[in-house]
Amino acid sequence: MKHMTRKATRHVNQNEGLIFEKSSAGKAAWKLPPLDVPEVDTAQLLGSAERKDLGNMPEVSEIEIIRHFTRMSTWNYAIDLGMYPLGSCTMKYNPRVNEAVARVEGIANGHPYQPEKISQGALRIIKTLSECLIEITGMDAITLQPAAGAHGEMTGLLMVRAYHESKGNARKKILIPDSAHGTNPATAAMVGYSVENLKSDSRGMVDIAALEAQMNEDVAALMLTNPNTLGVFEQQIHKIADILHAKGGLLYMDGANMNALVGKVRPGDFGVDVMHLNLHKTFSTPHGGGGPGSGPVAIQKELEPFLPKPVVVGKSDGTLGFDYDRPQSVGRVRAFYGNFGMFVRALAYIQANGPDGLRQTTEDAVLNANYIRKGLEGVYDLPYATPTMHEVVFSDKVQAKKGARTMDIAKRLIDYGFHPYTTAFPLIVPGALMIEPTESESVEEMDLFIEAMKSIAQEVEEDPQTVLDAPHSTRVSRLDETAAARKPILRWKPQS
Amino acid sequence: MLKTIGLRSVDDLFAPIPSEYRLNRDLNISRQMAESEIVDFFRQRSRENGDGYTSFLGAGAYLHYRPVIIDSLISRGEFLTAYTPYQAEISQGTLQSIFEFQSMICELTGMEVANASMYDGSTAGAEAVMMAVRLTGRKSVVVARSLHPEYREVLATYATHQGMPLSTVGFGGDGRVSLKELETAITPDTACVLIQSPNFFGTIEDVEAIAGIAHQHGAMLVVSIAEAVSLGIIEPPRAADIIAMEAQSFGVPLGFGGPYCGVIATREKNVRQMPGRLVGQTVDKQGKRGFVLTLATREQHIRREKATSNICTNQALVALMVNIFMTVYGKVGLKELAKQNLAKTAYAASQFAKHGKLLFNSAPRFNEFVVETSEDPYAINGRLLGHKIVGGLPLKKFYPELGNAALWCCTEMTTRSAIDTAAGLVAESERSVRSAKEEVEEMAR
Repeated sequence: MKHMTRKATRHVNQNEGLIFEKSSAGKAAWKLPPLDVPEVDTAQLLGSAERKDLGNMPEVSEIEIIRHFTRMSTWNYAIDLGMYPLGSCTMKYNPRVNEAVARVEGIANGHPYQPEKISQGALRIIKTLSECLIEITGMDAITLQPAAGAHGEMTGLLMVRAYHESKGNARKKILIPDSAHGTNPATAAMVGYSVENLKSDSRGMVDIAALEAQMNEDVAALMLTNPNTLGVFEQQIHKIADILHAKGGLLYMDGANMNALVGKVRPGDFGVDVMHLNLHKTFSTPHGGGGPGSGPVAIQKELEPFLPKPVVVGKSDGTLGFDYDRPQSVGRVRAFYGNFGMFVRALAYIQANGPDGLRQTTEDAVLNANYIRKGLEGVYDLPYATPTMHEVVFSDKVQAKKGARTMDIAKRLIDYGFHPYTTAFPLIVPGALMIEPTESESVEEMDLFIEAMKSIAQEVEEDPQTVLDAPHSTRVSRLDETAAARKPILRWKPQS
Repeated sequence: MLKTIGLRSVDDLFAPIPSEYRLNRDLNISRQMAESEIVDFFRQRSRENGDGYTSFLGAGAYLHYRPVIIDSLISRGEFLTAYTPYQAEISQGTLQSIFEFQSMICELTGMEVANASMYDGSTAGAEAVMMAVRLTGRKSVVVARSLHPEYREVLATYATHQGMPLSTVGFGGDGRVSLKELETAITPDTACVLIQSPNFFGTIEDVEAIAGIAHQHGAMLVVSIAEAVSLGIIEPPRAADIIAMEAQSFGVPLGFGGPYCGVIATREKNVRQMPGRLVGQTVDKQGKRGFVLTLATREQHIRREKATSNICTNQALVALMVNIFMTVYGKVGLKELAKQNLAKTAYAASQFAKHGKLLFNSAPRFNEFVVETSEDPYAINGRLLGHKIVGGLPLKKFYPELGNAALWCCTEMTTRSAIDTAAGLVAESERSVRSAKEEVEEMAR
């Protein structure tokens, strides 16, 4: 490497094959206690339903398993290793106390069907978290049942639909800005709505004139991310809400970017009717390599009858219980009550912060994004000069002239010891570099990031090939995705 | 930092937000707590939550032993605090482990491809049905009543706005899908039949016969598996076209119902209609083996409203628990584990049969059984709670026609003494109901 980075140095990591390649008969990592009931004749009990062979399942020892997964883990980048500036993903620190309390015996091992009398602890956690999230969003009611953000979107739109149906007309379409996440239109389709795109204006906000022109009695709702995916707060939010409400439509807010608002402003106060939260973004539950998430949906009073069932309620004897008797409910979106383990972690995060901590978290997240914007302005093209909230979007316009696109710069960033930012999204910015530092980063870490990004920009000028061939420091580089998709190999098979 | 940016105060950062909407007070939530207070709070909640009880509950959520190395390994920050592996070069750990997960799910289910996970078994079932609708170009769905009632509810929610008419097919005296009813329920517009095996009552469905009927009418068969440990000793539903699984039994804590781990597995030819993430093997520019997320053109971030599903975040870390569990038990252990479940359940069923009535007794079962008592099972369960035992799930709520029946579950964690205590209390209940009845009869005489 020409430009050495202060952030990272290369170190040896272990090679490791697939677990099947380590397997041999007789190795084992398990031991069952002796059976305290009579043995059974499986053939007699099961007849033709008995399974004789488990195919190519592995046989390995415990130390091999520990090494296998530990070695593989070292091939991953993680928040625990450094800044993870994926825009719109809110990769913040995942506090370890969250993990500890989620593993307390009665919380980890509660059965979803155990009697309510001995479920008061879990019900209290659900109730307390619900109350906190209602206060944070400024809404009237909430369901914690959805398993992730997209699932929350679906639940929210089901309620929107049920609301309109109760008024006699389900309506036909959902308006979605061109800067939206892909889940928004996919969700609208699942709930039986057609999608109409809404363009952004020159400042990256909803084009009010376009909205006025497109809004009519066929529109069930507008799905709006606020701040939007450019990190821009929709300053005309009240006008947007008014335009929708005047024609009987609802304002749905995608809460993916709630990390810019908590404790500073509440969607319920600026006209939002339905919104989902991502506990794995704003409320610090771990992303875990792609889940589990949790996508609570908060709503205004008019939508309350349509909440998925069951709903946790206080009973006359002072205990908590589930209410299943909800005739107007949209139904169930998931078995049991949602990703309860994530509720525990989110509540622990809220408790560890309190009102002042949550506010400061938001302030720090916005401050950090603006610090990065300042540090890279002039080095990378800033397509929208509108003030930045929690994330900032640059473009590769300058670097593209030398042939280096956003993905190349991202790959080169890996050599500098950072996870890439979000590439090529939002779609309205060609060659986007979407950067969200979150409140977790210190000024020292951000200075290293800015230095790395500047250094890459310089490399693009002087030696673009180094950037185009990046990463140079990883176990594998520029994997052939086309071949992977053309002739998919989706499982291991023994060599015949 | 503010000076660098050229601002005077933090408030300036929030200037874009119209001032009338800004919150000028503290949020009304509890004050900031110390770590020790947080731990105390949750320990207290734990004590109010069935801590220390022995449970006979199953019904889609099973208590199996979790080898300690599961938590040791998933607690590594590189797994715990990584994002979805879109940047393959620095995500090979997650990607390779998902590839192994997909491979083992294929081995166990007898299918050719499996995805990286779905939210849970109930949503996997609904998504599998929607997949069958896309594959067949047909619209309607036949659902077994012996499928988990909450899975059925979830499917009904998903189906409402997809123009997918649902019809149900009942169960016979053996607790299994009534083949006769199935014959008449299937129409030329039936995209698929959705069943569960072992079903909600713990009985093993005649998958081949059901598949035969479905296929004869050009419909697909979707099989839901809620108790993954059964795969160690029960023949997988190889005749199915799609399997929608809940893998919670493989090392995932009960956690009051979630997070769990759904999975969809199917034949290779159906893969382009499968929802959810998929990891594939490929090579890098030096020809080295590596793994990437693949076939993304099915997914929402590429296809938007034309995607196979809106699913984005799945259950990766939970799938990793499942993966480690499968690796620990492996080819031999899974079989032995399943055998212990079978033996405990057979013993318990025989003990309960001495006094209560076993329903659906003529079909083979795995680790659940249905007991009908003379007394309301809620009353019996109330007394069992006094012994720190949680009795079987009363079925009235889901199947009013089953009256005083309850669904009991035993796993390798259930001790003989707990079984004996529970069976003893059921026997006592039967005796007292009988003697009360005799008393009444005597008086009548």
